[in-house]
Amino acid sequence: MAWHKVDYTKDNGLPILLTTADKIVSWGRSNSIWPLTYGLACCAIEMMATGASRYDLDRFGAGVFRASPRQSDVMIIAGTLTKKHAEFTKRIYDQMSEPKWVISMGSCANTGGEYNTYSVVQGVDRIIPVDIYLPGCAPRPETLQYAIMMLQKKIRKESIFRKQRQRRLV
Amino acid sequence: MRTYKPKKNVQHKAYHTDRFYVAPTLAKIDPSTDEVFSKDLKLVEKNFSVEEAYIQNNHLVIYVKPTDIYKVLELLKDSCKYQMLIELSAIDFVEQSNEFEIFYQLLSLTKKKRIRLKTKISADDKKIKSVCDLYKSANWAEREAYDMFGIKFVSHPNLKRILMPDDWYDHPLLKTYPVEGDESASWYEVDKIYGKEYRDIVGPELRDPAYIDRLDSKRFIKIKHEVPYGAEISETPTNMMSEYQEEKGVFLVRKLRRAKSKILKKRR
Amino acid sequence: MQRQQPNILKPHFENVNFQRDGNNMILNLGPQHPSAHGQLRLVLELDGEKVVKSTPMVGYLHRGMEKMAENIPYNKFLPTTDRMDYIAAASNNYAFAASVESLIGVEVPRRAKVIRTMILEINRLNSHLFWLATHALDVGAMSVFLYCFREREFALDLIESYCGARLTHSAMRIGGVPLDLPIGWLTSLEKYCDHLSTEIDNLEGLLNENRIWKMRLEGVGVMSAEEAISSGCTGPSLRGSGVEYDIRKEEPYELYDELEFDIPVSQRGDAYGRYQVYMKEMRESIKILKQLIPKYAGTSTIIMAESPKYISAPKEQIMTQNYSLMQHFVLVTQGMRPPIGESYVPTESPKGELGFYINSQGEAHPYRLKVRGPSFWHTSIFENLFVGEYLADVITLIGNFNIVLGEVDR
Repeated sequence: MAWHKVDYTKDNGLPILLTTADKIVSWGRSNSIWPLTYGLACCAIEMMATGASRYDLDRFGAGVFRASPRQSDVMIIAGTLTKKHAEFTKRIYDQMSEPKWVISMGSCANTGGEYNTYSVVQGVDRIIPVDIYLPGCAPRPETLQYAIMMLQKKIRKESIFRKQRQRRLV
Repeated sequence: MRTYKPKKNVQHKAYHTDRFYVAPTLAKIDPSTDEVFSKDLKLVEKNFSVEEAYIQNNHLVIYVKPTDIYKVLELLKDSCKYQMLIELSAIDFVEQSNEFEIFYQLLSLTKKKRIRLKTKISADDKKIKSVCDLYKSANWAEREAYDMFGIKFVSHPNLKRILMPDDWYDHPLLKTYPVEGDESASWYEVDKIYGKEYRDIVGPELRDPAYIDRLDSKRFIKIKHEVPYGAEISETPTNMMSEYQEEKGVFLVRKLRRAKSKILKKRR
Repeated sequence: MQRQQPNILKPHFENVNFQRDGNNMILNLGPQHPSAHGQLRLVLELDGEKVVKSTPMVGYLHRGMEKMAENIPYNKFLPTTDRMDYIAAASNNYAFAASVESLIGVEVPRRAKVIRTMILEINRLNSHLFWLATHALDVGAMSVFLYCFREREFALDLIESYCGARLTHSAMRIGGVPLDLPIGWLTSLEKYCDHLSTEIDNLEGLLNENRIWKMRLEGVGVMSAEEAISSGCTGPSLRGSGVEYDIRKEEPYELYDELEFDIPVSQRGDAYGRYQVYMKEMRESIKILKQLIPKYAGTSTIIMAESPKYISAPKEQIMTQNYSLMQHFVLVTQGMRPPIGESYVPTESPKGELGFYINSQGEAHPYRLKVRGPSFWHTSIFENLFVGEYLADVITLIGNFNIVLGEVDR
């Protein structure tokens, strides 16, 4: 063991940070959210743009897009969800491991948007619970960044021990 | 008294139409004025009975009998060099004349001319011969027409639904089908994923674009203050402002201060 | 009857009976797959790594646009067309507007034509850059993706400063364009054109002679000219098979008959040939844009056609003159009523021939609107083209044909 000249109690304090396990784990979680590549329609292009050169989602620790639901934490539903596709959404959501979050990106995913038609699911929250609703058609990359920041804030407030509070619907 | 709504056409209408409005008709030009078209038309007329033919918007429109359609297309493809089938679909005229109109749009790459071949089939049997082996592109187009209108293309190799799921009820582009979908369409995803018993829990679709749930907007605006759907709201958060960070700040993350940040005058 | 447990999904789709003969493996690719370009689903029957049978399944993005069009006025449908080919939104706007214009018979003012052609060409650049980005990403060149997106953002800046939207432009109206070009827009366009041509050199330097790129693309997905014509291929896919047909040249619309440009054609017929066509087309687009810039200067300031029966008067007139206001009110609330007839105007969208077949019965809504999206026909060839290819080449080809599922399913 090296002999320290510094007297921690006097000089700058101990190099130790005291926190709760709850806080440190959710802090870690919030800064490494891996999204699922779940581009359904137009918003997928903006999601790609957010991950690409100018907007650079990596700054928020959310740039590692995973193709497999089993490796990802957040599902960004980017685009119109149709009734033909709905069962797959539910299936992919079930395949994601806990803890998991859902961002519904764009008007189509939120409420069906302008597609008040026979083949469009009128809001993804009929199928799976949603954490962040992101308005716009299509939302700009800045909006998605803001949604990621809001989600990070939400994750930091969650407790790792208690069961996650039941979200809307399911 | 309830207003009468025609059952054969449930599509939306303009909210007001002048009683004396007579729609003008787009000019139909005589095909003999065009050199290329008149030659092609003569060839078709020689072999088959043509009901009507005119030029409209640079397209030669020919009406033929549904029984002749395969042979006419064969003639146009082989003798008149219309190599490409650009479009194939149907129009629902059941309300007016109990018929479906099927149109084939052809393009000649060498002549740079376009023909629209049309035929009318009865809505009772909805059958016409497939042209798959003439044009490969007809394969999916015919499947789409079957999916959307229920028209059966005889001798098609794989006449299945293409855009709608296999267990979908009814053909969506018929005029009798409302744009918002029918009863089975509105519960389709719930029935498929959770089962019919779950209908009550999920609830019906909200199709009214002007619908606003005043309480619903309160439930979601403040993170950590969400209330599950259907539960009573006991406390209303006083501070409704949403910040992207906690007030005290987060470890290792610096908060952006507007006064200190540098704003570029021009995009680089 | 067994009750379904809530929260537990009964896997209906896992009970699909695949027909199996021999020892072939059946692979389900999509609809959620990073290289499926949206929601394409392929059921591939594999013998080792070779595809024996391929069944593309589409419809996972069917939003009922054609049905929507039958239920809303013409003007209201224009923003919806943006969402079809969402990578080059304005080309859809143009195809729809052109079809309605030929129906109502209005002549678009010259300045509007210049602006329209510019927007169309910027859209083409946009779409081709995006195509290269995603195609290269699928094949494995991640850096090309980042470079292309960087350049694409500059093109989007131009579009944004013109119409305010990044993705869904709605930059055209029936009868013209809603806005004039902002001040200084043309100089930044010129700057961008110069900048992009050097960037394309860089991209070609990265890819053209790249060993991996060539191995992945050469001889993959060979399509003969006859097959391409018979399957309804248009645009770069048709020209990649050696057929020289570009609607901009053969059936010119807007200002294309006044412009000088070449139609790039490749006789190879494989994926690499199509890549060459795309790259050359980008250079042609830059050439067109540079020719268009001087054309703008001499035009009069009118940007919307005048046709009181169908198109609202300019805003200034609406605010000052009573009859213009009344006419505007009627057109907005009831919609325009084009004459009875049909129209179809073929246009060359970045992906191929795009056209809107409109059947009007003299009502405020189209009686039937059929979209001829090129991607739908390009997807249909996957059924035959993939047979005999390796699985890895399937991924290359999905990207190579530049399909957009918004246009396939509508």
